[in-house]
Amino acid sequence: MMAVTVLAIAVQRNLFSVVVLAGIYSFLMATVLVALDAVDVAMTEASVGAGISTVLLLGALYLCGGEEAKPLARPWLPLAVAAVITGALVYGTLGLPAFSDPSAPIHVHVVPRYLNEALRETGVQNVVTAVLASYRGYDTLGETIVVFTAGAGVIALLRRLRRRGNGEPR
Amino acid sequence: MSVAGHFASHYSYWITFVLMVAGLYIVIARGNLMKKLIGLSIFQTSVYLLYIAPGKLIGGTAPIVAPAFKVYSNPLPHVLILTAIVVGVATLALGLAIAVRIREAYGSIEEDEILAADRDGGERV
Repeated sequence: MMAVTVLAIAVQRNLFSVVVLAGIYSFLMATVLVALDAVDVAMTEASVGAGISTVLLLGALYLCGGEEAKPLARPWLPLAVAAVITGALVYGTLGLPAFSDPSAPIHVHVVPRYLNEALRETGVQNVVTAVLASYRGYDTLGETIVVFTAGAGVIALLRRLRRRGNGEPR
Repeated sequence: MSVAGHFASHYSYWITFVLMVAGLYIVIARGNLMKKLIGLSIFQTSVYLLYIAPGKLIGGTAPIVAPAFKVYSNPLPHVLILTAIVVGVATLALGLAIAVRIREAYGSIEEDEILAADRDGGERV
């Protein structure tokens, strides 16, 4: 179903329907994430991916106008690149552990310590929150810096439009 | 291991790759800047799957500690991807702002028209 949505996005040329399809895609991705036990990520994906991204895309659509110009002229070179990369990636899976293998490296490195000690060390029951805010707090601090920089960049770019008076304020 | 057995035990990776390559194809093949940004975000969501799918344990639950459960899925990829989602929407916003600005300067967000305008040395705002 997700593959179908992605194909529709690739083929569709009306940008408004592409934006709506991207929202549907985000909700499907959130559903898959729930199935993979990543409830926090699913919640974030549903609100940020399907909510904020769609609003941003619609705002940009309003400023840029809605129709894509023409179908691609030579699709064969990009298709060949895509096929080669698929082959390389599939070859890469030969060395990876199987799905849901409890002895895979990802499950035996630092994670048992987080799961066993997080409640005692931080007092937070949700281990994701404990790791995010406590063990890896600097990551989250860096993330807020990235978001701040992006927000400042957006404001700097769009304020010029407004000052000249020929663009709509966002 | 046989091909079918390999596919059965690694299918989550294969799905991830389909999404990844589709996003990459949109980025390369499509000239419209907004379409390119959407392709980029599809690529990005495939990376979420690439991280989170190996962390799943069949029979496990979400990593919220409770006495009733013994097996939890891996919380570390969830944390990394939470960060990635937020950074992703920040880059998307910045990219869209640049697209709006390009449209303001060139009157178009189609790649070939922008390049043609650049070649002609036409006047820009």
